[in-house]
Amino acid sequence: MKTINLTEQTVRDLNQALHDQAIECTEREWEVLEPKGQHNIACGLDQNLSVDIKGPTGYYCAGMNKKAHVTIHGNAGQGVAENMMSGTVRVKGDASQAAGATAHGGLLVIEGNAAARCGISMKGVDIVVKGNVGHMSCFMGQAGSLVVCGDAGDALGDSLYETHIYVKGEVKSLGADCIQKEMREEHIEELTELLNRAGVDEDPVAFKRYGSARQLYNFKVDNTSAY
Amino acid sequence: MSDDIKVKDGLRESATFDRTTMTEIRRAAETGIYDIRGFGAKRKLPHFDDLLFLGASMSRYPLEGYREKCNTSVTLGTRFAKKPIVLDIPVTIAGMSFGALSANAKEALGRGASLMGTSTTTGDGGMTPEERGQSSKLVYQYLPSRYGMNPDDLRKADAIEVVLGQGAKPGGGGMLLGQKITDRVAKMRTLPMGVDQRSACRHPDWTGPDDLAIKIQELREITDWQVPIYIKVGATRTYYDVKLAVKAGADVIVVDGMQGGTAATQDVFIEHVGIPTLAAIPQAVRALQEMGMHRKVQLIVSGGIRNGADVAKCMALGADAVAIGTAALVALGCNHPMYEEEFKKIGSAAGFYDDYHEGKDPAGISTQDPELMKRLDPVDGGRRLANYLNVLTLEAQTLARACGKNDLRNLEPEDLVALTVESAAMANVPLAGTSWIPGKGF
Repeated sequence: MKTINLTEQTVRDLNQALHDQAIECTEREWEVLEPKGQHNIACGLDQNLSVDIKGPTGYYCAGMNKKAHVTIHGNAGQGVAENMMSGTVRVKGDASQAAGATAHGGLLVIEGNAAARCGISMKGVDIVVKGNVGHMSCFMGQAGSLVVCGDAGDALGDSLYETHIYVKGEVKSLGADCIQKEMREEHIEELTELLNRAGVDEDPVAFKRYGSARQLYNFKVDNTSAY
Repeated sequence: MSDDIKVKDGLRESATFDRTTMTEIRRAAETGIYDIRGFGAKRKLPHFDDLLFLGASMSRYPLEGYREKCNTSVTLGTRFAKKPIVLDIPVTIAGMSFGALSANAKEALGRGASLMGTSTTTGDGGMTPEERGQSSKLVYQYLPSRYGMNPDDLRKADAIEVVLGQGAKPGGGGMLLGQKITDRVAKMRTLPMGVDQRSACRHPDWTGPDDLAIKIQELREITDWQVPIYIKVGATRTYYDVKLAVKAGADVIVVDGMQGGTAATQDVFIEHVGIPTLAAIPQAVRALQEMGMHRKVQLIVSGGIRNGADVAKCMALGADAVAIGTAALVALGCNHPMYEEEFKKIGSAAGFYDDYHEGKDPAGISTQDPELMKRLDPVDGGRRLANYLNVLTLEAQTLARACGKNDLRNLEPEDLVALTVESAAMANVPLAGTSWIPGKGF
């Protein structure tokens, strides 16, 4: 295992070393010590690496991740795993705003709570939150799934496209064009698989499903009051 | 009614409620929805035609037009990037999306720009192989929607342009109506086919300049600090925007005036938001100069650039380069009179067509219709664009030499005068024949 202490080396040093692994992989196990909330840690990875970050991270940790498996042993700042393409990002603590924003693929697991706009404009990523999510989560979600084991804040799924949303707890309010939908067998199966991948022990039957009513897909004058 | 009949019969048209205004009121009354269209502002605005060059005279001598060199190359991104982008001419192609434009049109833009050693730019919808393949220098736009955004394309780019706004609609998001969301466009944007696609007006994972500084650092980290990062703003509070962009870490700032075009947005937005390009340049240059960053952070200006005189005037006011969008499409064949009959069939006319969002462009440029798209040969289109870019460059060189300059970037505000009080005030140059700059005394 390779260890990098961010009080001794810079984020630039770390990221360059991790990026170099995409060209020639010499070390798959990485440990990052004393991140102290610095921004842009382990972003742009493109190799099947395991990166353990031992402490809190700032903005955009694991941004645009491909293939790598990144674990944050602490809280994560804004935009964790933003635009992730594949791989796994796991936050042991809470995540700030816009977790998994615009992410196209992979799995993001937040073991604590996620703040506002979790999964905003998500494009295929699967996000599992063991706690609660803040307001406007999944805003303009296009594809993928958001699983919330706790409660969801205001305007969940506003202007939703095709993202699947599952919430176990209370939803304070639904956003424009987001509705509760029937939980059919295929959805139970999908949710079971998501919970298993995330390593979260919850009963899928206890969740409700939400999705797009698809009434705003094409602009209609009669819908202007929805905005 | 023709104007002749109107005069003969002693009729008088209202300047306030003219025929265009009345037509729009009737259209609104019939449909209940605002007018959506493409193109840029159509109203008359203070523009570069309101400026003139002071050629060489007793106090300055000109350069020989056919013998003495006048440099046109410019290097962008010298502040932080390991690989700045070198353009042979200071005219680039502005961001326009695949989706709004056909794949052939995007390829033609790449071919034309490459022939002239300049860059072209992606748009809202990602990078197509045709565009990357034919563009020797390609700027990858980083937009609020992040449609098609991925780190592989990011690393293929020669520069990255973080888009905060555009001149046609500062503060507004994008729009691509369902008729243009074909299977390929839908897949690139991860959207269902045929939806009316709305692009967000602000980025999903940052707000404000402090966050933007961190976002720029992230993009630099992902690309290992190799390529320049531009920030593009629509011209509004340009002086402050430029200062904040410099503080956020931009290598290059792109200021797009309100004459800049769009593929689709509300007419009220196009005509009533933003400031003219002419007014924006001096604000941007002043901000850079006050920070000691003029020529260190390069300035690209766009919005209504049509000819070499416009290019030269932008550079005299302090720009390092210009970008063209609408003019490039016209060079490809947009609004060409050869399609007059077909324009009539869709309720328009050559030279007036602006319904880019409907996807019925007879010239095959702003469409995804396979049959219409075939009308634009990308090789021929690229050649036409290269010819046009060449003319812009030759014209700008002609004017620079006449002012005694051996480099387009040596043009300066002292080479210019204004024809109107308004343009003098906006451009910060004297009214012709006087030494008066409004607001600055004599």
